[in-house]
Amino acid sequence: MNFLSFLGENLETFLTYTGFDNVTPGHIAMILVGLIFIYLAIAKEFEPMLLIPIGFGILIGNIPFKDAGLQLGIYEEGSVLNILYQGVTQGWYPPLIFLGIGAMTDFSALISNPKLMLIGAAAQFGIFGAYILALFSGFEPNQAGAIGIIGGADGPTAIFLSSKLAPNLMGAVAISAYSYMALVPVIQPPLMRWLTTKKERVIRMKAPRVVSHTEKVIFPIVGLLLTCFLVPSGLPLLGMLFFGNLLKESGVTRRLAETARGPLIDTITILLGVTVGASTQATQFLTWNSLKIFGLGALSFIIATTAGILFVKFFNLFLKKDNKINPLIGNAGVSAVPDSARISQTIGLEYDSTNYLLMHAMGPNVAGVIGSAVAAGILLGFLG
Amino acid sequence: MKQKIIGGLLLLACTFTAVQAQRTTFLKINEILVINEDNFEDDYGNKFPWIEIYNASPGTVDIAGCFLTNDMNDPRKYPIPKGDVLTKIKPRQHVLFWADNMPTRGTFHVNFMLDPEQPNFIALFDSDGHTLIDSITVPAGQQPDISYGLIEDGWSTARLAEELHLNSTYKEKNGSELWIYFKKVTPSSNNKILDTNEKIEKFKKNDQAGVGMTLTAMAVVFIGLLLLFLFFKLIGNIAVALSHKRAMKASGVSREEAKDIIQTSGDIYAAIAMAIYEATELHDEENTILTIKNTARIYSPWNSKIYTLRETPVKK
Repeated sequence: MNFLSFLGENLETFLTYTGFDNVTPGHIAMILVGLIFIYLAIAKEFEPMLLIPIGFGILIGNIPFKDAGLQLGIYEEGSVLNILYQGVTQGWYPPLIFLGIGAMTDFSALISNPKLMLIGAAAQFGIFGAYILALFSGFEPNQAGAIGIIGGADGPTAIFLSSKLAPNLMGAVAISAYSYMALVPVIQPPLMRWLTTKKERVIRMKAPRVVSHTEKVIFPIVGLLLTCFLVPSGLPLLGMLFFGNLLKESGVTRRLAETARGPLIDTITILLGVTVGASTQATQFLTWNSLKIFGLGALSFIIATTAGILFVKFFNLFLKKDNKINPLIGNAGVSAVPDSARISQTIGLEYDSTNYLLMHAMGPNVAGVIGSAVAAGILLGFLG
Repeated sequence: MKQKIIGGLLLLACTFTAVQAQRTTFLKINEILVINEDNFEDDYGNKFPWIEIYNASPGTVDIAGCFLTNDMNDPRKYPIPKGDVLTKIKPRQHVLFWADNMPTRGTFHVNFMLDPEQPNFIALFDSDGHTLIDSITVPAGQQPDISYGLIEDGWSTARLAEELHLNSTYKEKNGSELWIYFKKVTPSSNNKILDTNEKIEKFKKNDQAGVGMTLTAMAVVFIGLLLLFLFFKLIGNIAVALSHKRAMKASGVSREEAKDIIQTSGDIYAAIAMAIYEATELHDEENTILTIKNTARIYSPWNSKIYTLRETPVKK
């Protein structure tokens, strides 16, 4: 063998290791999906903090390579990406995210008007509507539970539950949940307009009363005890959510609260987003089931929004005239904090430029977080 | 001081209980084979009676230091040796002890045998030598190669009673005895082979449309949030009543006037509070009291800013 043919062979071997040699149409399709996510995040500002890490993660996860035991891919045990992915598969990223959410959430709106909690409960119909539809689509009950939780519009909850109930569907469930959370500005407004009358859209709600420090401190403690005694399987998520909130409201652990709602949640969001994105490796992700999950995810958001709005309308039948709730805040019960509450505000202002619904919508919005964590706990208890 | 001591003792008691709870109390005698004619062999290729211990806890438990015995009057008969990594039983896993009366053969060979003619008492004692963890008397008249074990790994009478109460078909399928005979013995593995998830199978059979799940789960979600609603409705009423009282006391006005003060002044308070918050990062705790507190400077290495600052470089 002369030197030139040696070089030629080496080059040929090298080429078999490149992405160009290993690329499949699936990889190209997923890379396009990743690029669309990045585009939506930058150009349309749809949930950029989620879509940028996930979109880029999709690019990382879909660089084609030869499986030569180089420990590159996210599914190869011991690879760097696989180690980072442990937080998703073992389910410890979501509770840490919930810690941060708790430390940044002000539950005042909910405490001052606690009946708004019931809207957060009603919107959970989205989860179980999707569960029923998933069963009809041929999924097993545990898989249907993992798909249904997309309707909770809560990414960490969806990842946590699907990693326990149906790990093989987790990538699709997570991507679907985050995609639709980013798309609530597209999904919810038509339903809100369609399901409400002009008169209902301009209902003015009473200004929320000022909530005392004592009430704010009691809330996470009682919230934890009541919800977790009822559904102990919700403990990882609810425990961390209420713990984070107590750090915030106690007033004496400011540094801890700031870390939880700042650097900690940011770090975990980055790791969670990029690894969930990277888990969509075309060879594992592009299946008929993934498409079905995307369809069911959209339906779950539609059902959840509809249930929230219709519940407010029903609830109003029993409320005094000066105490009515504007049904435009019903959509906020689906969680997706704070986007769905912002949508209530935007649509409300379209019909009455002086009617600010944001504070009111935050009530069902955060109740939705609690409701979806409780629902996840129930599904885990029944099907786990 | 007295309160601190009591608090400290309580904390210590709780810690001790928690640590204890994660330990040997979760160990269960799970399955026993008294007559081993043509069954599982030990590392030396011999067939002896065996005793299976199960760790029913969700954490690893080290059985080293505990005692196995077949004599109630001699609870320290076989001390399980320390220093062997194999004595650490992983969550919901098993270890097997050979009742061959040959303790020199290793950690898992005890210094007694089981009597094929008589009832066999077997007990596991904690490392103190007198706390009984679990015991069982295997009835006389055991058949060769048929083991005597718990119907499901680690179950207690209470757990079986709960299952019989909750699952109407359980008795029909499995009977209602806690200890049963296994023709197919399961040394170092689950007494009941789980090839399906029973919970899921039950849902597939009884709730194909998912309506049952929806109704149950939504009821629980509503109950959870309804409880929160009722509690905070009550707390809210108390808080409002207290703020009225405070306003009445501070301004010397009637209850109705106090209500007006509170209702009309919310925006003003909000503006003042926001200004204070923005300017000093202090904020009010109550809506009728404006407080600007001096920060108590109690030293603690955890809150000392000295440890978080870098020294200013000094040019020498």
